[in-house]
Amino acid sequence: MNIPNELRYSKTHEWVRLEESTAVIGLTDHAQSQLGDLVFVNLPAPGDAVTAGEPMGDVESVKAVSDVYCPVTGLVSAVNTELEDSPQLINEQPYEAWLIRVEKISGTEELLTAAEYEALIASEQE
Amino acid sequence: MGSFLPSTAAERREMLAFLGLRSADELYAAVPPEVFLSQPPDLPPPKAELEVRRTMEGLAARNKVFRTILRGAGAYDHYIPAAVGRIASKESFVTAYTPYQAEISQGVLQAIFEYQTMICELTGMDVSNASVYDGAAAAAEAVAMTRERGRSAAVVSAAIHPDVLATIRTYCFGSDTDLIVAPAPGGITDLSALKGLLTGKTACVYVQQPNFFGLIEPCDAIAEAVHEAGAKLILGVVPSTLGVLKSPREWGADIAVGEGQPLGLPLGWGGPYLGFMAATSALMRRLPGRIVGQTTDKNGERAFVLTLQAREQHIRREKASSNICSNQALCALTASVYLSMMGPEGLRQVGGQCYAKAHWFADELCKLKGVKRRHSGEFFLEFVTDLPVPPERVLSALEQKNILGGLPVEGGILWCVTEKHTRRQLEEALAVIGEVCLP
Amino acid sequence: MKLIFERSVEGRGNSLLPPLDVPAAGIPESLRRQTPPRLPQLSESETSRHYAALERRTFGVCDGFYPLGSCTMKYNPKLSEEMAALPGFTDIHPLQPGHTVEGCRAVYDLCGSLLCTLTGMDAMSFQPAAGAHGEFAGLLLIKAYHKARGDSGRTRILVPDSAHGTNPASAAMAGYTVVTIPSTAEGLVDLDALRKTAGEDTAGLMLTNPNTVGLFEPNILEVTRIIHDAGGLVYYDGANLNAIMGVTRPGDMGFDVLHLNLHKTFATPHGGGGPGSGPVGCKAHLAPYLPGCALTGEGGRESIGQVKAFHGNFLVVVKALTYLLSLGAQGVREAAEAAVLNANYLKKKLADRGYIPAYGGLCMHEFVLTVEELKKRTGVSALDLAKGMLDRGMHPPTMYFPLIVHEALMFEPTETESPETLELVCDVLSDLLRQAETDPEHVRSAPLKTVIGRPDETAAARRPTVRYEWG
Repeated sequence: MNIPNELRYSKTHEWVRLEESTAVIGLTDHAQSQLGDLVFVNLPAPGDAVTAGEPMGDVESVKAVSDVYCPVTGLVSAVNTELEDSPQLINEQPYEAWLIRVEKISGTEELLTAAEYEALIASEQE
Repeated sequence: MGSFLPSTAAERREMLAFLGLRSADELYAAVPPEVFLSQPPDLPPPKAELEVRRTMEGLAARNKVFRTILRGAGAYDHYIPAAVGRIASKESFVTAYTPYQAEISQGVLQAIFEYQTMICELTGMDVSNASVYDGAAAAAEAVAMTRERGRSAAVVSAAIHPDVLATIRTYCFGSDTDLIVAPAPGGITDLSALKGLLTGKTACVYVQQPNFFGLIEPCDAIAEAVHEAGAKLILGVVPSTLGVLKSPREWGADIAVGEGQPLGLPLGWGGPYLGFMAATSALMRRLPGRIVGQTTDKNGERAFVLTLQAREQHIRREKASSNICSNQALCALTASVYLSMMGPEGLRQVGGQCYAKAHWFADELCKLKGVKRRHSGEFFLEFVTDLPVPPERVLSALEQKNILGGLPVEGGILWCVTEKHTRRQLEEALAVIGEVCLP
Repeated sequence: MKLIFERSVEGRGNSLLPPLDVPAAGIPESLRRQTPPRLPQLSESETSRHYAALERRTFGVCDGFYPLGSCTMKYNPKLSEEMAALPGFTDIHPLQPGHTVEGCRAVYDLCGSLLCTLTGMDAMSFQPAAGAHGEFAGLLLIKAYHKARGDSGRTRILVPDSAHGTNPASAAMAGYTVVTIPSTAEGLVDLDALRKTAGEDTAGLMLTNPNTVGLFEPNILEVTRIIHDAGGLVYYDGANLNAIMGVTRPGDMGFDVLHLNLHKTFATPHGGGGPGSGPVGCKAHLAPYLPGCALTGEGGRESIGQVKAFHGNFLVVVKALTYLLSLGAQGVREAAEAAVLNANYLKKKLADRGYIPAYGGLCMHEFVLTVEELKKRTGVSALDLAKGMLDRGMHPPTMYFPLIVHEALMFEPTETESPETLELVCDVLSDLLRQAETDPEHVRSAPLKTVIGRPDETAAARRPTVRYEWG
């Protein structure tokens, strides 16, 4: 299971890369393996407000839909439009296939380190 | 036996014994005694097939079957080719369930894929669903489809079918959508009044083409105004006109809906009917209901499956945009067979003959003293006349001759003429009406 | 197999309409369609062959065992088909004047009266076209009821976690917030959770009884009392009525409003996914809100309006009435008892062969097996077993529903299966189980004998192709 050290993680299996004043958000390798082949992604639009801990969109596989939670509070500055036609990029390269970029960050959820996230996954699987 | 059980009472006793039970009552041990019926319910006793047949035939005989039906208003008496009913009665088609197990349901799935394609061709749209309950439900679902953040008001023309308006209104009661009715004095949607009603909150405008009174709406201009306001145009259409009349796509619609009954379904006192929904490709994922898609199996063979199911209620539950679980599969299949039997040439003939016959009948009617068209302007399939006598008198005189006259509307009569009516039938009706209208 | 468009040849067609016998009238150019529709151009003979080939690739109740849980795939009597094809029913325009449709009215009056007696309701509307449609109408009755009493704070509908997806979806469509009530380990409504959740903001509870795991709620009277005490109403999802018709009545259990699925309990055919009929029935206090019809002026002043045009799927109701008259009082009860008997018989036989029921004890008309343990051991899942059944000429049970059971297979044999068919089913499933243990890869590659193998559903959803494209 791939869990890059330089990223931070939410308890709901999103990863966060903090770049100065922007947060880049995606789904972890563990998340994509649990979800199965993704067929569609519903994301917010640039300019939308997002709130830490609240659902910001969802991902669809053939037989299920799962909410994606935003780990930070702020404004969406960019959305990865490649995912519209190629949602499978999330399955193939979960840490390159970012979902949204957020700016004007005014709060975050409790974010875990790679080690803490690995422990979380292990405890969930018991 | 009468309840279609293959097993005999003796066999069932053995099965109970296998379960360690002595009577069927013991199967219901979990039912509280207060609500357990110790006597059978107060229904009539069982009847053998021959008796039931007599009872049902007796009920049917209490209806009056008209030889000539000059009434439309959402249900049309078109000619249904013999092959349509025969093919649609094939037992496997009739008794199959929803095609969730694709491998043994390729027949149903392919038939729906073909239906979806035919609806796209008829309407000029890019995508179609597998159908919904009827044209009114389709209109209401289309209105719901267009709701988005910031846009929650729907504008509908006053010149639409009253049942469709009532259905949209009921669905809006559920979703707390604002419903605004655009006036249609003179029978056609008032374009400038409509423009005045469009705001940044308008999600959609719903107009019928032809409208409830058979009149042609200025859909080009309406589409322009609607799109300028950032809203979507939903056109409700009559499919039997689409062999010749401009398609919803050509008018500029974003969503096309309508009642599919004219495509080979009997009048049947109102149902089962067929609601079709088609849209531009941008709106595909917002379409409610089932959709069949093409794919391949693991050997590379072409295959059909229910797809985009993650929109639907069984997966999204309360987050689904619609609760619809079924479609009108057998009715959609019936429509496909009708369209295949007709082909583009047959449908062109239907449209052309309806147009010619309705216009001829209107002209002949207006030759009668005191009879005139209520509205001016182009019409297709239906039209309203005012008469020198109360509509009821005309209608009961026609009824004596086994003719169902048009629908009484606001003191006049809404007539409908289709390709099925012969000149002789129409002349017979004209003679009766002429006599009643004599001063 | 070719698509009908691939069989089409320019210029082919049929002679169906006589030439125009009135003067021709030119449609103005501005109204004319510019691009003709590309409908198939075939002779009747080719059309006939095409649909015959499609029929061979279709599996109906006439083709074999069809134990889909909560769908009630019972036999569809042919008399019903014939009665619904009588010209005295098919050739009736929905807007004919009242005195010319006494037969249609009598069908609705009689069927409505029989169904009200059977279910303990006071009034019924046949307008909704399907179960989900009936649910929507029924929830609007609840909404109208509370609104009329000025009780505007009731914004929530309670739904068990075992409920069919249409329940929360219908509640959302009716403008309600959905609150999920957990089930106990025994698969029943958690009464403590219900007591805590029901309150002043509760508009109502939606329930099916027996529930989706095939169990009758023994505490049903307490459940409805809790909701009524909180000021809410109780909605009965009639999908599972086949287990209890003639034995007990939703109205007596305390339900205020319900829908029925005529295409399930009352043997009208499923048609490949419709048309069905989902009449909504209610007690007297909700009757004023029942749907009406704008064009015929039916419906009271307080009616919720209408959920579709005209009167409902009339010809489907004709079929249901034909069936009900055949069964009569004794037949209805006998059918329900036999449905429950067949389910318990099959359940015990399958358990004896090594399958694991999700819940012990007697079931009602359906039961759920779990193959979670089998999957862990052999990798063979509920889906694989279902696909294995296809190779044996049987339709599988419902898979992966209800959500509260893992690797679920939900069987509803119905009363119209013979004991020997049930034996055959057990033999087939027993054989599949054995294969799962000894040759799991074989089961996981099923089906092998059908016209296609497992379709790639992911590709279908990622790049949807939902219509034929001319090359």
